[in-house]
Amino acid sequence: MSHSTDSKTGLASRGYTWLDQRFKISALVDYMGHKVVPVHGHSIFYYLGGITLFLFIVQVVTGILLLMYYRPGADSAYESVRFIVSEVTFGWLIRALHSWSANLMILFAFLHMFTVYFTHAYRKPRELTWLSGVGLLALGLGFGFSGYLLPWNELAFFATRVGTGMVGAIPVIGDQLLIIARGGEDVTGATIGRFFGLHVAILPALFTVMLSVHLIFVQRQGMSEPLEWQGKPESEKKYQKFFPNFLYRDLLVWLVALNALALLAVLFPDGVGAIHWPLGTKADPFAPPPLVIRPEWYFMFAFQALKMLPAHVLFVEGELFGIILFTIGGLIWALVPFLDRKSQANQRSRLFFWFIIAMTILGYILE
Amino acid sequence: MKAQGNMFGSLTLTRARQMPSSAECYARLLFVMLIVLLPVWSYASDDNCLTCHKDWEDDTGPSHLITRDIHFQNGFSCSDCHGGDAALDDMDDVRKSTGYRGVPNHLQVPDFCARCHSDAAYMRSHNPSLPTDQLDKYKTSVHGQRLFGQRDVKVANCVSCHSVHQIGDGKLPHSSTYPANVPVTCARCHADKQYMAEYNISTSQFDDFKQSVHGIALLQRNDLGAPACNDCHSNHGAAPPGHESLAAVCGNCHVFQMELYDKSPHKAAFAENDFPMCETCHSNHKIEKPQDSMVGTSDNAVCANCHSADDGTRAFGVADTLSSGLGRLVNARSQAKSVLDEAMAKGMLTTNEEFMLGEADQALIQARTAVHAFGTVEFMTKAEIGLAKADTVRVNSKALIDDYYFRRKGLAIATLFITIVAIGLYLKIRRLG
Repeated sequence: MSHSTDSKTGLASRGYTWLDQRFKISALVDYMGHKVVPVHGHSIFYYLGGITLFLFIVQVVTGILLLMYYRPGADSAYESVRFIVSEVTFGWLIRALHSWSANLMILFAFLHMFTVYFTHAYRKPRELTWLSGVGLLALGLGFGFSGYLLPWNELAFFATRVGTGMVGAIPVIGDQLLIIARGGEDVTGATIGRFFGLHVAILPALFTVMLSVHLIFVQRQGMSEPLEWQGKPESEKKYQKFFPNFLYRDLLVWLVALNALALLAVLFPDGVGAIHWPLGTKADPFAPPPLVIRPEWYFMFAFQALKMLPAHVLFVEGELFGIILFTIGGLIWALVPFLDRKSQANQRSRLFFWFIIAMTILGYILE
Repeated sequence: MKAQGNMFGSLTLTRARQMPSSAECYARLLFVMLIVLLPVWSYASDDNCLTCHKDWEDDTGPSHLITRDIHFQNGFSCSDCHGGDAALDDMDDVRKSTGYRGVPNHLQVPDFCARCHSDAAYMRSHNPSLPTDQLDKYKTSVHGQRLFGQRDVKVANCVSCHSVHQIGDGKLPHSSTYPANVPVTCARCHADKQYMAEYNISTSQFDDFKQSVHGIALLQRNDLGAPACNDCHSNHGAAPPGHESLAAVCGNCHVFQMELYDKSPHKAAFAENDFPMCETCHSNHKIEKPQDSMVGTSDNAVCANCHSADDGTRAFGVADTLSSGLGRLVNARSQAKSVLDEAMAKGMLTTNEEFMLGEADQALIQARTAVHAFGTVEFMTKAEIGLAKADTVRVNSKALIDDYYFRRKGLAIATLFITIVAIGLYLKIRRLG
């Protein structure tokens, strides 16, 4: 027994040496061995990014599996999704996991962003980490928007028509942009082709690059220490080793997330409440739109805010005014680390946060 | 210079230069006359019938009712029907005027209306879509034959159904000939026992119709596709177009049943015994929603009205086969629906099974229709299709329910496995401190 363990250890050691001679990984291992994570009252927030990453991995795996049967096109998209959920073994589970993890990924990305915002974790030297994170969230929303159309069912069709229609409100180039976005004047099979390409090629490529940059930044700079630690003696600060202590905890959270995901996917394969994605009926461009056209929950705040705007604000069309406001708001949000001069004073504006929450709730209530 | 002598001769020289010429003067005079005389001319050309009659009559009088009449709404006036010169304001003068026809009596009404409605050239210029053979058809009807033959003034003529001065477009709900109003229109006479006493015919048709499958559809659900009296008895004639007798009229809508009946042994047998085809089993005005129990050998089955086990035909056996076949199909469909409902309630995707159940329903409808062949071949062909579909739905739905439980078991095992790993990891973390 002992001899066997020794031989295994020897094998692992020889393998490590073999790799180290070629890739100099000992420096990386040393670095990881010395890396520490602050321990304090809000340490739990450190796991939100990890959960988001885990859910993204689930997205990639289930997305690739769905890709094996999904056929883009007005005549095949709906049929292929129906085939996946009704005929393919565990196809229903893969679609349910993909949809649940997509929604949860956006939810945890938002939570991650707001905790970073409220704990001032974006402050120097993490400005670019924040910026790359905002970019990842934007790409995540792009995934959601482009993926929503792919089943080519009734609700997806009309929601995409409304969503892409907003592009047309942009002055001068709006009409041209609309045609580029839809691949024509209306949402058609050509739109599916574009959205499919965006969903499985362009966005994943950009996301991978952005995610790599984000993770490198996080690993290089380490976890942000809380603002209250400034001026605190080192003896009063508590840390834990990143490897293996934090990593094990991260893995434990991932396992809990996996369990929760499995429960949701099996018990509610078509979603639950306002967050649902039943296949329903196939999109029919000539059919009257359904009574309720609803975007996904993470677009609800923007949808509701645009609905509440009057037809004209001063001399600007209401829809255009809303788009301008959201663009400016998004830019300000992305540039918070560069605009913020009050981090040290611990004064945070919660306006954006409450605006999003209020508009989302209002959107579902007024429906 | 001096002022020119003209009708404005007293004016000064300066003003005189601005005076109109003689031609202008006459034009002005003509204009003034026109303004003064136009109302007078207009008054003279007005319909004096309405002007006077409105003064004499209350709201129920013809001059008031006529405003809702389709003819009046399309520009026809009293004189277009009653003749005479409407410009005259003295009734005696009107009666003496050219073309005065006055008020027709009951016998004259059909010809009175036919003056325009049987004139193809005239009708083409006003309403080309209206037929012009109403009077000819009316003459073939019982009403027409009694009116013209026996000079019976109690039978219905045009105005009895269409009203006198409130004739409406039959497509509009306020019209007495609107489909949902037709039964009431007919019932005004035909449900009146006293009025109909001398004719020795039933007066229960309207009450029967109200309880029938057609009456419920038309009068309660306002389904205008359901037949009213005129759809079977025709509008003006004795029988609907294309049918030699009223008994064959059901085939107008129930095409497949009639086709099967025509090929069935009942066709010749009913004709031989002078049975009224469909009515023999389904009755006439009180046609109830057909039940599967109507077919078979039990006492309440209509087959048993004529057939018995020892009547020397194979009819009783056929009836029994049809009855048991329908029973099996209905049961199979019901079981399939029950299992499908359970699968749906468990949240399983049942689109294909729902579609297939629709096909089973379709087969059931076709099998019920095939009963009218009064043989087993057509019926069993449809019934077997329905049974196969229903069975597939039941089996597939059961498989979905099994899959539902399989998913939960799989979930439980996966959750247990993940939880054990998580607990192990947790213990490891605790050991690390």
